[in-house]
Amino acid sequence: MSKIISLISGIIFGVGLAISNMINPAKVLGFLNFFDQWDPSLIFVMIGAILISAPFFFLFRNKSKPLFAETFSIPKIENIDSKLIVGSSLFGVGWGLVGFCPGPAIASLALANEYAIFFLISMFGGFFLTRLINYK
Amino acid sequence: MNIINFTPLSAFVGGITIGLAVVVFFIGNGRLAGISSITDNFLTSKEGRGDNFLFLVGLVVGSIIFSFSTTNEIPFLITNSLPLIIAGGLLVGIGTKVASGCTSGHGICGIARLSLRSVIATVLFMVTAILTVAIMGIK
Repeated sequence: MSKIISLISGIIFGVGLAISNMINPAKVLGFLNFFDQWDPSLIFVMIGAILISAPFFFLFRNKSKPLFAETFSIPKIENIDSKLIVGSSLFGVGWGLVGFCPGPAIASLALANEYAIFFLISMFGGFFLTRLINYK
Repeated sequence: MNIINFTPLSAFVGGITIGLAVVVFFIGNGRLAGISSITDNFLTSKEGRGDNFLFLVGLVVGSIIFSFSTTNEIPFLITNSLPLIIAGGLLVGIGTKVASGCTSGHGICGIARLSLRSVIATVLFMVTAILTVAIMGIK
């Protein structure tokens, strides 16, 4: 059952990225182009997603297990460390260079765009490189 | 600053849809729909690989389903500069791995869970992304 839930969650997420057009790097760059010609749409994506999910995180905070798995796998760390600061800042620079973050980059495989695929391969390279220097 | 191309309705509906996916994954499997972590775990860990794979397949299938439901093509425009693509991909990979999260993990799930870590991460990557676009003149 957990496999079906995973697939369904992914599908719903992918539909959401397509509806909001966040799958489109040009749309995302429009949001990031804050000082010139600004497209605030992404804010509304985040507000919609947070409005729906926050009550459920709250309601389930004391439940011992989810419906179809043995345990909740939620990160326990709460400290603000240099990894969080450096990592998020670097991620932002990469996001601003192309307008792609991981979700849309994967979802855009649906469009079979060669540059999107080059981006994905580079992103995988970034994961491996980080593992290699054991920064995490 | 001028406001252009603003599509609040489709953005909000898309956001609600994404929120639903986060809810289903959380109450069903007890997991956060943070896509950088799901992708990295799929690539490097045997644990839960089937679930991670199916979630990622779902992302692609969801986009295809939406494209069939509309008569217009999904608008999509990406730079054709390979140096930008490679630098961007590497930085997104390194940054999200080091920070343990991206737009979905920190920006949506983390904020919805009222995690201070995620609020700080989101402010930081928004600021550096906006500065990058401003400095590089990327459009």
